[in-house]
Amino acid sequence: MGPLQGRTLSVLLSITGLTVRYGATVALDGLDLTVAPGELFVLLGSSGSGKTTLLRAVGGFVQPEAGRIVLDGTDLGTLPPYRRKVNTMFQSYALFPHMTVATNIGFGLRMQGLDRAATDARVTEMLELVNLAGFGARRPAQLSGGQQQRVALARALAPQPALLLLDEPLSALDPNLRRETRAELVRLQRSLGITFILVTHDQEEALTMATRIGVMRDGKLVQVGPPAEVYEQPNSRFVAEFLGAANVLPAVARESGRRLELPALGASVCTAQAIPAGPLLLAIRPERVRLGATDGLNSVQGVVVDCAYAGESLTHSVRLADGSLVRAMQSLRDGRREIRASVGDTVTLSWQPDACILLPP
Amino acid sequence: MLGVPWAWLAVFLVAPCAIVLAIALAEPVDAVPPFSLAHPEFDSLILVATDPLYRAAFLLSLKVASLSTLVCLLAGYPMALAIARCDERWRAPLLLLLMLPFWTGFLMRINAWIGLLRDDGWINTALGVLGFSPQHLLYTDTAMYVGIVYTYLPFMVLPLYARLSQLDPGLLEAAADLGAPPWRSFLRVTLPLSMPGVWAGVLLVFIPAVGEYVIPELLGGPQAQLIGRVLWAEFFQNSDWPTAASVAVALVVVLLLVPGAVVTSLRRSPARRGSAS
Repeated sequence: MGPLQGRTLSVLLSITGLTVRYGATVALDGLDLTVAPGELFVLLGSSGSGKTTLLRAVGGFVQPEAGRIVLDGTDLGTLPPYRRKVNTMFQSYALFPHMTVATNIGFGLRMQGLDRAATDARVTEMLELVNLAGFGARRPAQLSGGQQQRVALARALAPQPALLLLDEPLSALDPNLRRETRAELVRLQRSLGITFILVTHDQEEALTMATRIGVMRDGKLVQVGPPAEVYEQPNSRFVAEFLGAANVLPAVARESGRRLELPALGASVCTAQAIPAGPLLLAIRPERVRLGATDGLNSVQGVVVDCAYAGESLTHSVRLADGSLVRAMQSLRDGRREIRASVGDTVTLSWQPDACILLPP
Repeated sequence: MLGVPWAWLAVFLVAPCAIVLAIALAEPVDAVPPFSLAHPEFDSLILVATDPLYRAAFLLSLKVASLSTLVCLLAGYPMALAIARCDERWRAPLLLLLMLPFWTGFLMRINAWIGLLRDDGWINTALGVLGFSPQHLLYTDTAMYVGIVYTYLPFMVLPLYARLSQLDPGLLEAAADLGAPPWRSFLRVTLPLSMPGVWAGVLLVFIPAVGEYVIPELLGGPQAQLIGRVLWAEFFQNSDWPTAASVAVALVVVLLLVPGAVVTSLRRSPARRGSAS
């Protein structure tokens, strides 16, 4: 065996059949996941989906009932957290209140046996990295939420872990700061080359930051892929509705081809991809639905029940004949005068064949 | 309404202190009561401050109290930590067990110890049954320390427990995550953050232990002349109220100095500031 064949360089973390149970509750249900070095992998899921449990299992804070976690060729098995080359940035930050910012950041380095001088040098470097130069002598309680967040990040990054786990790292920040910090975090991750696994329930965060997204539900990963792929080709109604908004209509293909019937509406639509015969669900993203008829496009009719202006976009909610609600969102970024319909107006909604997302029923 | 606490302090703290101080400055006479304020003098206070007998009693009391406090701390910290870390449903029963002795009178409990420690007591009976030679336990320093530690241990455990149960378990996870094995995270996180509880427990044990009279009297030997016993002897055996009152004044001064030093050091300690967050 050649020197490079001994280990697979494209896999940093490999999880197979991971099962974690809390009493009678199954938190992780035979989960499999592979993460490549340098990735910013985002675990997206609602609360209770098991995403934090997965992070805690990798960190060593919960003992799995079954399955293997292999990091960089080493089976983590029952290794305690302090023996894992994994650091966690906790949701609550968990900064040591009795230590200064510098001591907090240097904690992991001291535990690695680094001497005081080397620790101080690295701490100074880390403080500069997170734009907190000069804050070393303060205590966590004397910092703002955003500054505490950066101390927590610096503390987790200082020992140069092979893998950094971030549990809802931005959830405690206010929305504007969250957007800035998001970009900052991605920049930092790229420049340091440390692999991140980040947990969030915020789909925008997942879409903007991730190299790959894993959508979690009931202790399982239901879909894993790059943001655009998961968004544009969701593999289930759950993913389509969880990641972004989706208008979902029951449909049936009478014969295999590119034609779909919408039985409840008595309409038929064209799809871009060929489909086998059978019942399925048709999903269309609100931003792909246009208000008004356009030649050659799929269209349905309905009555406007709501019109919501959100600054950058305008969303009409339209009730169709079968009672289902379809949202049509138009971007206002072009400064173009929007097409506005009033509540009660009967309108035609149209969309292109390639806007049709086909989901299993 | 604001005056109520002040009135309370005036009646039950300032007035008794003033009375004791007045008696300390009085002159002993053969009368009832055995002192006269006709010619106030500092003789009794000077005697207590300078006589080696009193100094020895004070030093012995401080030594016994310090050692007892240390034993209480070493025994009480693991107990408090164990209760704070155990499953929530066990905490209340364990705390109840800790408090259970208080449901029996203090003197009863000390007398029970006499029954245990006596030459023909339960411990020596058990030793005999097991084939060991009997030990002289009662009326020794050991018996006195056992009594003091037994009596004051709950006062050490409770403030420590209160502090340790408030400790964010997330901080220990963070320490472990950053590579600290359990003993290092104890030394670097748990212990410093529990220092206010340590000091509270130390003061709650140390202060009453310095003035302890009953336990050395009932369990200790005649050599255990602690300041409480000296005070009692001056008062009841010698009927020398001014000297007894001077001992009391000196004791209060000593006891104000020790907590004063602790509070000062606590103000400087980072653990206290950390706990404010």
